[in-house]
Amino acid sequence: MKQYFNNIFTALVTILVGMKVTLRHLFTPSVTIQYPDVKLPLPERERNRLYVNMDDCIGCDQCARACPVNCIEIETVKSVPGEDLGKTSNGKKKALWVTKFTIDFAKCCYCQLCVFPCPTECIYMTDVYEFSEYDRNNLIYNFSTLTPEERRQKLENLEIYNQEKESKKGVS
Amino acid sequence: MSVRTEEMVLNMGPQHPSTHGVLRLELTLDGEIITKVVPHIGYLHRCFEKHCEVMTYPQIIPYTDRMDYLAAMGNEFGYVIAVEKLLGIQVPERVEYIRVIMAELQRIASHLVAIGTYGADIGAFTPFLYCFRDRERILNLFEITCGARLLYNYIWIGGLSHDLHPDFIRLTKEFIREFKPNLKELNNLLTFNKIFIDRTANVGILPLETAINFGITGPMLRASGLKWDLRKDDTYSVYNKFDFNIPVGDGRMGTVGDSWDRYFVRVLEMEESLKIIEQAIEQIPDGDVTAAIPKRIKPPVGHIYSRVENPRGELGYFIISDGSTSPFRVKVRAPSFVNLQIMDELCRGHLVADVIAILGSVDIVLGEVDR
Amino acid sequence: MIYDFFYNLTGSVIISGTVVALLPLFAFILPFALFAVLLERKVAGHMQDRLGPMRVGYHGILQTVADIIKLIQKEDIIAKDNDKLFFNIAPVLTFAGSYAAFAVIPFSSIFLGADIDLGIFYVIAVTGLVVAGILMAGWASNNKYSLLGAMRSAAQIVSYEIPTILIVLSIVMLTGTMSLYDLSENQTAYFWNWNIFGGPNLDIQKFLLIPFMLIGFIIIYISTLAEVNRTPFDIPEAESELVSGYHTEYSGMKFAMFFLAEYANMFAVSAILVILFFGGYQSPLGYLGNTLNIPWLIPIEQFFWFIFKGIFFVFVQMWLRWTLPRLRVDQLMTASWKYLIPIAFVNLLIIGVISLI
Ligand code: SF4
Ligand code: SF4
Repeated sequence: MKQYFNNIFTALVTILVGMKVTLRHLFTPSVTIQYPDVKLPLPERERNRLYVNMDDCIGCDQCARACPVNCIEIETVKSVPGEDLGKTSNGKKKALWVTKFTIDFAKCCYCQLCVFPCPTECIYMTDVYEFSEYDRNNLIYNFSTLTPEERRQKLENLEIYNQEKESKKGVS
Repeated sequence: MSVRTEEMVLNMGPQHPSTHGVLRLELTLDGEIITKVVPHIGYLHRCFEKHCEVMTYPQIIPYTDRMDYLAAMGNEFGYVIAVEKLLGIQVPERVEYIRVIMAELQRIASHLVAIGTYGADIGAFTPFLYCFRDRERILNLFEITCGARLLYNYIWIGGLSHDLHPDFIRLTKEFIREFKPNLKELNNLLTFNKIFIDRTANVGILPLETAINFGITGPMLRASGLKWDLRKDDTYSVYNKFDFNIPVGDGRMGTVGDSWDRYFVRVLEMEESLKIIEQAIEQIPDGDVTAAIPKRIKPPVGHIYSRVENPRGELGYFIISDGSTSPFRVKVRAPSFVNLQIMDELCRGHLVADVIAILGSVDIVLGEVDR
Repeated sequence: MIYDFFYNLTGSVIISGTVVALLPLFAFILPFALFAVLLERKVAGHMQDRLGPMRVGYHGILQTVADIIKLIQKEDIIAKDNDKLFFNIAPVLTFAGSYAAFAVIPFSSIFLGADIDLGIFYVIAVTGLVVAGILMAGWASNNKYSLLGAMRSAAQIVSYEIPTILIVLSIVMLTGTMSLYDLSENQTAYFWNWNIFGGPNLDIQKFLLIPFMLIGFIIIYISTLAEVNRTPFDIPEAESELVSGYHTEYSGMKFAMFFLAEYANMFAVSAILVILFFGGYQSPLGYLGNTLNIPWLIPIEQFFWFIFKGIFFVFVQMWLRWTLPRLRVDQLMTASWKYLIPIAFVNLLIIGVISLI
């Protein structure tokens, strides 16, 4: 019998205590924001879409090798002597034409493993996080600055150079 | 003469609001009474272990994040400890402290999800959002530290990817201060609510012996009354420097090892984690967190089993190295996977509604069950 | 009454009958449902430190309108193995049950569909249709979750009708009338004349009655919660167990019918509570119309007070919903048979004894 009334009592009391809590929250300001209108400031170490500064890239392939999901594809062509590719901002000499540099953001897991090994710090995370697409192919970003014609030309250059070298070798 | 009754087979999941992911439970019902439960898993299988065999050691870390995605820091921690043992390297003191802080924050975040979703399973939706509100603040802390909110790739072999953010200590202290009253409020709203107690106390009682026989670990085992916590009993990292208790189930509202105990052990564990974080923040030494990261990670031939206490139980990594840059084999002892097998034992004789209450108190993460 | 008014105006039984029948629907139930759904979401949002709907209109006030438009546009899916006839009738029946209850509810002294002598009895009887509708929906859906939900619901509504009726009985015993109109008229003016404060007679009886009226009120509030399937008794549609119970298989307008019925029901039971205990449409503080001597203001004031009180209790229902977990089926039955019914019986006896003094 005592248990019986005790049950009724605790049920009512705990319900009232709970109601007090929710009532108090009814009048506390909300913690959510109206997302597309209001945006939270991003912290400085934010990890979002990658960007590659091709002026600095030496085509060393380190980032592609570090990536656990193989979403970076790099293709390079050796430059021939006489072609000046310039220097990177931290003084490294560029020796390769980067004819293809794509990152597939549909595969990327934003782990940042590619950022650390880069010798020229030219691949880094930006603060762009709204880049959804209707077509998956649009998520393959191309960073290479060379046009297809230029690419073909560089390949030809190399071929010609190689042949010349070959023939020189043959002669000597 | 008895009336002939027919058993009904009810499929719960893989698309069901409270199977916590893509789990399918095949329930055999006699009326509303459960006679058999068969969990079907594998809907989230991503070949984690096979993948590891072609990855280099650091590349595996982002994959470990995705196992128990609610406790990614804990997964990384366990993996990294195993590889470091294999390599035989020592990490700086500061790194260990930061790892412990992160792991404990992660434990709180993970338990908050467990508790919140448990409330939602029982029908109280509001505590769920209060828990997520607090969890969000922990994720903010992680975000300022490493830039990611859920899958961090923060704890590296031999070090960390970043040092703490200059604001981190201040914000963490702020969080601890504001979180304590919230925890009290949660107790008022849910833990000691009569209806909640009635739904969970004496439901799904797990006797200690059964728990041990089934290999149950983590809060579930402690709720059954055994003081077993790898942080104390097989201590790793710098856990032996902190003073904290191991809460165990005491059957306060019913029987030892019932769903309410499993729930309440998690609440108490959050308080203990707060204690650890407070102490760690006070004692944290200076140092360089990236100094000890090896240039080439190529462990010698050998194998290792190393385990840590994840929010869900004992997370063990068994790694065989053949001396190359990728492991020969990685096997993970996932706590959720082991804990899930108890479902049939716990559910028999209960009602359909109790299946939800029991499953919630087991607290599985399907990413880890299926791997 | 309204009916007489229209009869005098048009002279036709059919027209005035139709108008009176449809009036609560368009004048009240639809706007109320629109408002209540929004209120529910706003209350839920703010209690959970969120904002609730914010996009459509100022602070989302047009959200439910948008939802209704969406529901109307939706394809009406009927699965192959459903029992088509029952599947289609069920939502209509459910809605009819809760709609019919509005016929006798006096919104004010003139806005009243029909003043039947057995008013309260009629309400209890007619809401029984809801059970039939729910059972039909569960059976015809040919879905195990729906069936379980419907079974639970039927058991729940039937067993919670008993404590409700016992409390209603004690009020009827005290006041000697079953007409909802008379019940409201009796508790006239000022709040200390309401039944919850012992009724309009000022003697020793009144003070003895107050605690028992309070108990009675709590019991009937709990059992009406169960009758309209609200938390903590929302077991028939417990979304974490049964997906959404008996209306799992419904979509589009048929789903909207169930939804509408649920909200109409919420107000109907609140209205009954208000009439039984809180003076119906009577103002708690006297009428402005009387003081200013504008007789036509009084019914408007009454309408306002009635809606206000009704919505207040609807709000409490929502408040409870966003606070409490839900009970289990067997605990639900325990609560009814072991707690509410015995207490209601004792309460009935005590009130009976007091009324003899
Ligand atoms: S962030 Fe990770 S997944 Fe993405 S490109 Fe870099 S290494 Fe690859
Ligand atoms: S690591 Fe840096 S420099 Fe090397 S290929 Fe990648 S982006 Fe270019």
